[in-house]
Amino acid sequence: MEGSSFFSRLKSGLTKSRENWAQKMGAIFQNRHWDEESLDAMEENLIAADLGPKATQKLIDLLRRQSPGGAEDLAQEMSSRLQQAMVEVLQASTTPPKTLPLSVRPWVIVFLGVNGVGKTTTIAKLAAQYRSAGKKVLLVAADTFRAAAIEQLEAWAKRVGVDVIKHRAGADPSAVVYDGIQAAKSRGIDVLLIDTAGRLHTKVHLIEELKKIRRVISREQPDAPHETLLVLDATTGQNGLQQARVFKEATDISGIVLTKLDGTAKGGVIVSIQEELRVPVRYVGVGEDVEDLQPFDASQFVRALFEK
Amino acid sequence: MFESLTDKLELTFKKLRGQGKITEKNIDDALREVRLALLEADVHIGVVKNFLESVKTKSLGQEVLQSLTPEQQFIKIVRDELINLLGGEYRELDLKTAPPAVIMLVGLQGSGKTTTLAKLAQHLRKDKKRKPYLVPADIYRPAAIDQLKILGGELELPVHDSDPAVSPVVLCQQALDEAKRRFCDVLLIDTAGRLHIDEELMQELSSIKTAVRPHQILFVADAMTGQDAVNQAIGFDGKLGLTGIILTKLDGDARGGAALSIRQMVGKPILFSGVGEKLDAFEPFYPDRLASRILGMGDVLSLIDKVQQNVEQKEAVRLQQAFQKQQFTLEEFQLQLQQIKKMGSVGSLLELIPGAKKLASQVDTEKAEQEMKRVEAIINSMTLEERRNPAILNGRRRLRIAQGSGTTVTDVNRLMKQFMEMKKMMQRVSKLGVRSLFSRMPNPFH
Repeated sequence: MEGSSFFSRLKSGLTKSRENWAQKMGAIFQNRHWDEESLDAMEENLIAADLGPKATQKLIDLLRRQSPGGAEDLAQEMSSRLQQAMVEVLQASTTPPKTLPLSVRPWVIVFLGVNGVGKTTTIAKLAAQYRSAGKKVLLVAADTFRAAAIEQLEAWAKRVGVDVIKHRAGADPSAVVYDGIQAAKSRGIDVLLIDTAGRLHTKVHLIEELKKIRRVISREQPDAPHETLLVLDATTGQNGLQQARVFKEATDISGIVLTKLDGTAKGGVIVSIQEELRVPVRYVGVGEDVEDLQPFDASQFVRALFEK
Repeated sequence: MFESLTDKLELTFKKLRGQGKITEKNIDDALREVRLALLEADVHIGVVKNFLESVKTKSLGQEVLQSLTPEQQFIKIVRDELINLLGGEYRELDLKTAPPAVIMLVGLQGSGKTTTLAKLAQHLRKDKKRKPYLVPADIYRPAAIDQLKILGGELELPVHDSDPAVSPVVLCQQALDEAKRRFCDVLLIDTAGRLHIDEELMQELSSIKTAVRPHQILFVADAMTGQDAVNQAIGFDGKLGLTGIILTKLDGDARGGAALSIRQMVGKPILFSGVGEKLDAFEPFYPDRLASRILGMGDVLSLIDKVQQNVEQKEAVRLQQAFQKQQFTLEEFQLQLQQIKKMGSVGSLLELIPGAKKLASQVDTEKAEQEMKRVEAIINSMTLEERRNPAILNGRRRLRIAQGSGTTVTDVNRLMKQFMEMKKMMQRVSKLGVRSLFSRMPNPFH
């Protein structure tokens, strides 16, 4: 993995949000002692990054328990301990992303998530990346619900130069998926990317629909889907945890794609998600370009957050 | 998921039973619980701090009212303050201007602008007797124009035939002329989603504003947004001067604290909430309901509304009389079941009751629905006399009922047992008032 390119993209993507947040974080440690006041300030900053009160409390408690190590630069030490703690949480579950697997064909990836998180855009970027790596890619338009969702995926497919399997709007998504898998098999496709309709995790019948899609996939290809990725918007607050919980229970998501990190949001909810559910983050999206979708690296993610 | 704030505060205040006043000392623990609840609900940390300050000031030294326990009184203060900050009374969208009134929707990608625009158009036509003209001005997102055209087609409302090769500013001007020509009195502009720090696109919005001078610029905000809501709202308000807010995706289980943050930061009214994917899933914004939701206290008022809508007055009176006379019979029980059915699924109702949210996740609601059907079938298979006087149900009658309803005698026996328990509870309720019903109700579905 090209670590440095990931880091610089992440850093430039995060620039605007970083400045403010990293500066505030830095200021906390400036001329401060390892005292309750600094811990409080740190707590606030972590909450402002959407880590949520519980995950934040855990990190702060951890820091509180560690007595000052006697280093010259107290500020630096606190900061690096905090970073280390965050990395540990995020790393605990991070298995290497399953990139470009070749043993199985087609490699099937399902994308799901609530409405408006960027599923279709993520698919387009990933399709472009696989394609430029020389893979044969096929997309499945299984969002038959939202107006013009199929057209949106088609427009992307045209730009990227890949085909789309589609039915009419309102068709049964499982039927489109079935056709997609058949087509992928007969065309010798390497990677099959399935776009599903955005759905709130509270809608039981829509979650059932996902389960059905999953059943159809495993029936047609026993070891598939190889990845089920939950796309999560970095601006999402604590509800992200609940989303991950429900989607994990219903469809056994294998990873998370964290999108829209190029805004001012930090996406800290992934820390709560890692801590409770151990679902690894696979990719992060830090901008509009194809290359702005990158495999996730915990230590670089945390470093990019803190770097001034 | 959440232990209700009410429950936690009850514990906190248990210590102070017998103390007549809310004091500095006894309030700190309670405030900590409120803080946690607000943060869990994604209210911005800065907003939380101010809020707690003002609640503290308001609570100190207050005499505990005769009728309230300290936690009830404290919750009332918290809730009232929250409602107050969320905007007090419900406010209408102001359209008083020379027609066509131009309304621009702005917001981040994926917040739900296009769907919201269609919903708003539908609302303005249906409830305000307006003639809306829809303008897709998002030329960037693939198929965004198609999306609005499809939605407009569903609603049979005119949609501007936007050319993605034309700049959004020119597009909006052309659309404004077209709206005038067609005598449409509202022009609804769907703008491209963008990050508030995207200078170029923010400039474009600014130019559209200058070109068509919108009467309303509404910020479409996702109810699931976290702490970043504040940055977003300030970003958009600073560059464009927002006039109002629409909160979307409130049909999920996000507690919507972002709304409070936005409202505090830009001081503009929250006007509507989006509560589903269907085009009529659009409501006025009710601060009191969101306040309860942020505090994790369930949407009591929505429940009350639902009950009011669905329980027909006459039947309600009859039921009440039956309660009072303590003659709760299976006939009444049957009526009750029918009314519950009218209100929606068991799960959705449970979620609205404070403290029962946890129950909703534990109860297999589908099973509960089936159980309800079975209970109804059993009662339906009884004679009128049996319903009025269950005491006459002997073995033979029970067997007949079981056969008639496709159940077993065990089922019938169990129902009768539950019914007797319920009857006992009803008698208690009629003495204590309905409020205690929720806290005492055993879970009848297991």
